[in-house]
Formats: sequence, C-alpha cells, structure tokens
Amino acid sequence: MSQHAPILPILIPLLAALLLLLQPHLPFQRAVGLLASLLGVVATAWLTLLADDGILRVYALGDWAAPFGIVLVVDRLAAAMTLLTALLGLCGVLYASSGFDAEGRFFHPLFQLQLLGLNGAFLTGDLFNLFVFFEIMLLASYALLAQTGGLARTRAGIAYVVLNLLGSSLFLIALGLLYATLGTLNLADVAYRLSQSGIHHNGARLALALLCAVFFLKAALLPLSFWLPHTYAAAPAPVAALFAIMTKVGIVSLLRLQVIAIYPAYPDLLYGWLTALALTTVLFAVLGALAAKDMKTLSAWLVLLSAGTLLLVPAQASADISAAGLFYLAHSSFAGAASFLLAELIGEQRGAAGDTFSTGAKRLPAWSGIAFIVLAMTLAGLPPFSGFLGKLMLLNTLRGVEAGVAIWTILLLAAFLVTMALARAGSMLIWENGPAGTSSAALPAAAGGWRRLGAMLCLIAAGPLLAVFAQPLSGYAQRTAAQLHDTRAYIHGVLGNDPATIQRQRRG
Amino acid sequence: MEQLVALAIGLLTTCGVSLVLRERTFPVILGLTLLSYAVNLFLFASGRLIIDAPPLIAAGARYTDPLPQALILTAIVIGFGMTAYLAMLALRALSESGDDHVDAREEEDRS
Repeated sequence: MSQHAPILPILIPLLAALLLLLQPHLPFQRAVGLLASLLGVVATAWLTLLADDGILRVYALGDWAAPFGIVLVVDRLAAAMTLLTALLGLCGVLYASSGFDAEGRFFHPLFQLQLLGLNGAFLTGDLFNLFVFFEIMLLASYALLAQTGGLARTRAGIAYVVLNLLGSSLFLIALGLLYATLGTLNLADVAYRLSQSGIHHNGARLALALLCAVFFLKAALLPLSFWLPHTYAAAPAPVAALFAIMTKVGIVSLLRLQVIAIYPAYPDLLYGWLTALALTTVLFAVLGALAAKDMKTLSAWLVLLSAGTLLLVPAQASADISAAGLFYLAHSSFAGAASFLLAELIGEQRGAAGDTFSTGAKRLPAWSGIAFIVLAMTLAGLPPFSGFLGKLMLLNTLRGVEAGVAIWTILLLAAFLVTMALARAGSMLIWENGPAGTSSAALPAAAGGWRRLGAMLCLIAAGPLLAVFAQPLSGYAQRTAAQLHDTRAYIHGVLGNDPATIQRQRRG
Repeated sequence: MEQLVALAIGLLTTCGVSLVLRERTFPVILGLTLLSYAVNLFLFASGRLIIDAPPLIAAGARYTDPLPQALILTAIVIGFGMTAYLAMLALRALSESGDDHVDAREEEDRS
C-alpha cells in the first residue's frame, strides 16, 4: 500500500470532484467535499511521515521509468507542501459549507479540482506535467474567482485569466526550447544533461530564464505583481484563503528548479537581481498595505509582502536559508488565509460599513477583536507568534549574504510599517465604532456559524501553534532543505545510479 | 522549410501580441488564440522538422519525434478550454457592464 501513497493526494480530490458532479444536492456536496478534504489531510500527513525517512520516492505513472515516462517524486518538500495545501483546503471547505457554497453550484467540485492541481504541481517531477497541473489549478481558480456574481469579480477575472494565459504561452515556449536543446523535460534529466558537456548552452539558458519568468508571474515578483492585489481582494473569502498558497506554488517550483537545475549550471542566472527585485516587491507591498482602505485589500497586499520576502530564498540557493524560508512559508500561508476569512467575518459583524476602515460602524464582539489582535501580531511578526520566529530565522540566516545589510534594513522597515498599517486597521475596526448599544450578535449568522468560526479559529491558532512546536517543525524544515539541496541524490534517485547508460536517440 | 516555419511563428506572434494589447476583449481573445497557434507551431518545431516520416519509432527507419506532437495535443486541448472560458467571462462582463472594454468599466465611470 505504501508504495502507492504518492498518488493519493492527486487521486482523492480527482475522484471526489467526479463524484460531486453526479449529484448537485447541497448536503451531499458538503458531506463529500468535507470527507474528501479530511481524507486528503490524512493521506498527506501519512505521506509526510513516510517521507521523513529521507528516501526519495519515485512513482512512475503507468510504470514507464524516468526519463521517458512521467514520474511523481516525493521528497520531504513535496510531501510537506501537499499537507499544507490539504490543511488550508479543509479549512476552506469547512468555511464555505456554512452557506457560501450555495451561491455557486459547482463550488465543491471546482475546489477539489484546485486541490488536485496544487498537489500535482508539488508532486510532479516532470516539467510538462507541471504545466498541466498548473493549468488544472488555474482553470479551477478562474472559475472559483468569477463564479459568484459582481462586476468587480468579473473585471478582476478577465485581467487574471488573460495574464495567466500569456504566462502559459511563455511556459510552453520555454518547454519547447528546453526540449529542443536538451531533448528531455524530466527535471532530474534536465539537471543531469546540464551537468554534461556539449550542451547548446545559450538555448538552455534562455529556456530556463523564460521558465523563471513564468514562476515569477505566479509568485508575483514586482514587475509582474500588479494583478495580485485586485484579484485576491475581489475573490470570495474561502477561495482567497486557498489562493494564499497559489503564489507559494510558483515560489516552491522556482526554488526546486533553481536548486536542482539552474544553480549548478548557471550560478549567475538569478544571482544579484532577484534579491533586488524581491526587496522592491516587499517595499511595494508595504506601500500598498499602508494605502489599503479595507481589510481584504490589506490581506491581499500582505500576501504579496510574504511572496516578496520568500523570493529572497531562491536567490541565495543555500540550505540554511531554504530551511528558514520553508518555516516562514508555512506561517505565511496560514496567516494569509486566516486574514481573508477574518476580514469577511468582521465585515459582516460591522454591518453596512463592512470591512472598510471607517468609523461609526457596529461594535465588534470581544472575541473577534481578540482574534484580530492575535492574527495581526502573527502577520506583523511580533513575538511570541510564528511570524516573529519565521522572520527571525530568515534574518539570522540572511546575515552573512552579500546584500545582507540591505535585506535587514528593508525587512525590518517593512515589519515596522506593516505593524503600523495593522495597528491603524485594528483601531478603526475595533475601537472607532458607533454609540454603545449597537453591538452586533456574538456569533455570526446562526446556521452553520460554528463551521466558519472553527475554520477561522484553526487558521488563526496556527500562528501560536507553529510557535509552540517551532523546534520540531524547524528541524523538519532543516531536513527538508538538506534533502532539497542534495542534487546528486535527486538525480540518482529519479534516473537510477548510472544516468549515462540511458539509451538516448541522437538528434540530427 | 525552417525559414518558412520561423517566419510563420514570428508573424503569428507579432499579430497575437499586438492584438492582446488592444483595449476591447474580443481582439484580446483573438490575440491569445493567435499566440497559442504560434506556441503550438514552435513546440512542433522543437522536435526538428522532418518531412515525410511517420511519428513511429522503428529500428533503422526514418521517423519524426513523436513527443512534441503529444505535447501539442495536450496544449491545444488546454488552450481551447481556457479560451472558451475567457470568451464566456468576456460575454458576462459585456452583459454586466454594457461595454466590452477589458477593464469592464461601468457606464458612469466613463467620461
């Protein structure tokens, strides 16, 4: 059984999505959606435990060995990312089951398809297959974004779809170029071929640069990040919560590509300018956060901020920095998702004012004020929660790198300005309300209220919990990064011990 | 042959990019379609251009690389689905805002 574990995170959402299409009855949809998400959490947690033995699990689909067939490659990074996706997915489904899913008929199947795309993108060891899973994830996300009405969502949807279609074209051009120069699209084989002599280096270098550009678009690096705040702020809350991990797909793919293929062959391809652009993204996101007029927009800018911070990691290609980055990645996914859910709940409790930073709205009940403060401290990186630890680890490992002073200055400045933005948001939302006595109900909309509350509290509790269990988690992150940076083991794990013996057709 | 294919890819890309930069949704969709044609041709050429040979591997026989053809098939299906969805979205924006501008501005926004 355990040799089939790698396929489960893909099969479970696929089968659930097919099953969900059969019967549009809402209780059935909710039951299957929740059950599938729960199963997904169990399966990915099992996979994460299995992967911790440090053995690279290669699952050859259709039993065609790499590099000819498509393989799924499970290392600690892939397994941990699927677990993170499954946890966010479960919270999203739980939240949506309290009423949002009634607005759009195909919410549950689409949500499962998006989970399928995300899991596949993390697990696959083949670049064309990565493209396919990206497209599955994107198509589901287009539909989830624009499914329920409103001109704002349609407008954001058009820009988002057009931009990502252009990104897909670029992805395919990069793959064509890579295949034309190296004759393979398997990531391990690409890395192996790049290490051999006699490669048409200009073509391969261009192909990898184009591939990086696509990942920059998904990860929202500055010149390619203008789409993110509008899109995420327009998305419905449970969908935006899952979107919080979509930028991370770009970052993880980029990190893997950089560490395994690019850095050994072309150490100068990303070096230098990626750090500068990532820092500019951080500054841009902070300015956006300061200018945000409502909580949802603020959350979207904070997602961009964490993406900018995380993009510092691939630029360095060092195991210690990657380990710190992975802890920060887990923290920022949970905190980002939680802030979208909390924004919607607070918006409903404040009545007509919604989640805008305006005075004179209904008074918030005490618990949502406390939830906001805990979340804000996590997001801003104040002790004692996970944001502080994540940023501390990242800063500590980034101390010795070349642009260390600039990185420290900008990250600390950003943390200060984000604290200010969140403090302003909190004082508007919690304190500046109308006359006493207009206090709203203690719990959000009666039926199914516990589901939304539970989903949101789980995500907010991730901040303190990640801090409490920081030691075992950062140990796991360190083992993950060590495995990720062991390029030789990856290549030999996928291609066998002697890649040179693979019979290749000579190209004319 | 090579020059002809290269020229075709270049022409399709040029037209596609210039159409994508228009401000109405219909030309943008057309531009994306042209771009996907260019990309498919490019993928096709990545397996080298060999005339009059089947995509079947047999010992000693001449053949053309079958992998890019499989890749194109996948890319066509995905591109078709995406374009269809974009067309639907553009139609909805048209019915909701009464205008086919890519920013889907409402009547009162325009001056």
